[in-house]
Amino acid sequence: MYEASPGETILPSRQEVRSSRGLQDKLIIFLFLLPSTVIFLVFVVYPIFHSVYYSFFNWKGLGPAVDFIALDNYKRILTDRVFLIAVKNNLIIVFLSLLLQLPLSLGLAILVGRNLPGRAFFRSIFFMPYVFSEVITAIMWLGLFNPDPDRGFINALLILIPGVEPFPWLADTRTVLLCVFVVLSWKYFGFHMLLYITGLQNIPLDVEEAARIDGANRYQLLFNITIPLLSSTIRTSVYMSVLGSLQQFILVWIMTHGGPVNASEVMSTYMYRFGFVRFYLGYGSAVAIVMFLICLAFSLVYQRLTPQQDYLGGI
Amino acid sequence: MTTIITPSKNALQRKLPRIFQYLILSFFVLIVIVPIVMIVFGALKTRGEFMTRPYTIPFPPNWDNLDKIIHQPSFWRMMLNSLIVMFATTGCVVVFCSLAAFVFARTEFRGKGLMFNLFTLGLMFPINIAILPVYLVLRHMDLTNHLTGVVLIQVAFLLSSNILILRGFFAAIPVELQDAALIDGCTIAGFFWRILLPLARPSLAAIAALTMITSWNDLLVPLVVLDSDTLWTLPLGTMQFQSQYGQDLALVAAFLTLSAIPTIIFYTFAERQIVSGLIAGALKG
Repeated sequence: MYEASPGETILPSRQEVRSSRGLQDKLIIFLFLLPSTVIFLVFVVYPIFHSVYYSFFNWKGLGPAVDFIALDNYKRILTDRVFLIAVKNNLIIVFLSLLLQLPLSLGLAILVGRNLPGRAFFRSIFFMPYVFSEVITAIMWLGLFNPDPDRGFINALLILIPGVEPFPWLADTRTVLLCVFVVLSWKYFGFHMLLYITGLQNIPLDVEEAARIDGANRYQLLFNITIPLLSSTIRTSVYMSVLGSLQQFILVWIMTHGGPVNASEVMSTYMYRFGFVRFYLGYGSAVAIVMFLICLAFSLVYQRLTPQQDYLGGI
Repeated sequence: MTTIITPSKNALQRKLPRIFQYLILSFFVLIVIVPIVMIVFGALKTRGEFMTRPYTIPFPPNWDNLDKIIHQPSFWRMMLNSLIVMFATTGCVVVFCSLAAFVFARTEFRGKGLMFNLFTLGLMFPINIAILPVYLVLRHMDLTNHLTGVVLIQVAFLLSSNILILRGFFAAIPVELQDAALIDGCTIAGFFWRILLPLARPSLAAIAALTMITSWNDLLVPLVVLDSDTLWTLPLGTMQFQSQYGQDLALVAAFLTLSAIPTIIFYTFAERQIVSGLIAGALKG
């Protein structure tokens, strides 16, 4: 890396002291970048190309990959009904998050507000699930959703309503994905709320003040001033929520294994099943590449379509 | 001016009565707290109590379950493995990222933009997607079933975000300081070590806290990399424990409680660092 950059721009000077210092600086830059670059190239960049290679083989991990099948793995993925279900489920989680979880987080952020007495307490509590491990979260909710009302708290609450029977939340194909979404929201809403609280703090009070003096009511204030001024925070939060929803794995795997009958299958559980359970490494590699391309495409399109807006900069 | 602003400061909030506001917030506090409290209650009951009165306050508390787990050597071994991985990962991330972030924030050289973009590419290739490709490479290098393998992968996938966070923090330190130091005969390494790092201590604490949480909670990498149960980390052990003793819910609850305690303690002490690291990461990403 270092050899490839000969024409350094550091301090052009004829003095010998200076030029030896320029050389020293280059050496320092090289040494400082070395550890990160090596680890990054070996464990992040190289695996991508490595997997692209294996994705062209029918390979089950024993011995070298010899059965070259070109794009067959990709064809099979894109026509496999289960993979398409997984993509659909990922998209459902994405949309539910955008429609319910983020507005809820924003609402709570506005409620906690700038100066509510006890706001630090609420913020700490709401953010706590985020620092819990996914394993603990998943096992905890597995218990709460237990179909037996003597074991699952949710059904225990449910049967308090007269005439309502306990419901097998995670065993029913109609509700299982919704349950996964509830748990995801429980764990992550605090993070988005935190982003919004930070965004709200950056809005100068006098902007809202001016709007109020001009006669804006509460809703006008919220929808015409506060939310537009939060747009760059919302943009970030949406981006992270979508990317997060597209790659959810541990929570789903522990709670449902993608079942029942693929009803909660997502792309990463699909990849795990083929790659690590059945050990179809060639096929699994291809799934990983497809997932990578989906996330990359989303990132690029999103950044292109929603240019960073800075309303406050214009004030 | 101030006389107009002060009374209407709570514009949005005053109209919505405070009581109502607290009611909504308290409702969500319950939703967050109840699942956690249920687990702790469960942990303090005998198996029989758990069956007959699952949702009552465990009084008198029964410490048998917790006792049973504390006396399992495997629990402490997993705890130790988790600690080793966490400290190794955190150490590497803090050192490597501050070195790289300094170069990106404070020096000029050809190819800098290219190198930096390379690292930001890492943000689009999260570990959940990369796990199979990375596993294949690790297998080639014979690093599976080693804690080293877990640490290396964790570090590799934390580099991008933390370099980005630190670069932002480092760039905010006044340029005049650097100029003055260089004029006084300091090398850039000397400036980094003697002036910038001490000034950047809060930001280093932020990424350290964030890395500790991420590494401590990580299940996916240990799950894929580690086979032998003597190397298991706590999350991996938790998952296995649940599938093994899933029927004895009180015992599982005790295990969960014990493995969550370090997180909760850490959170109470480092909340500020974790939060500021996360915010910086999100807003710079």
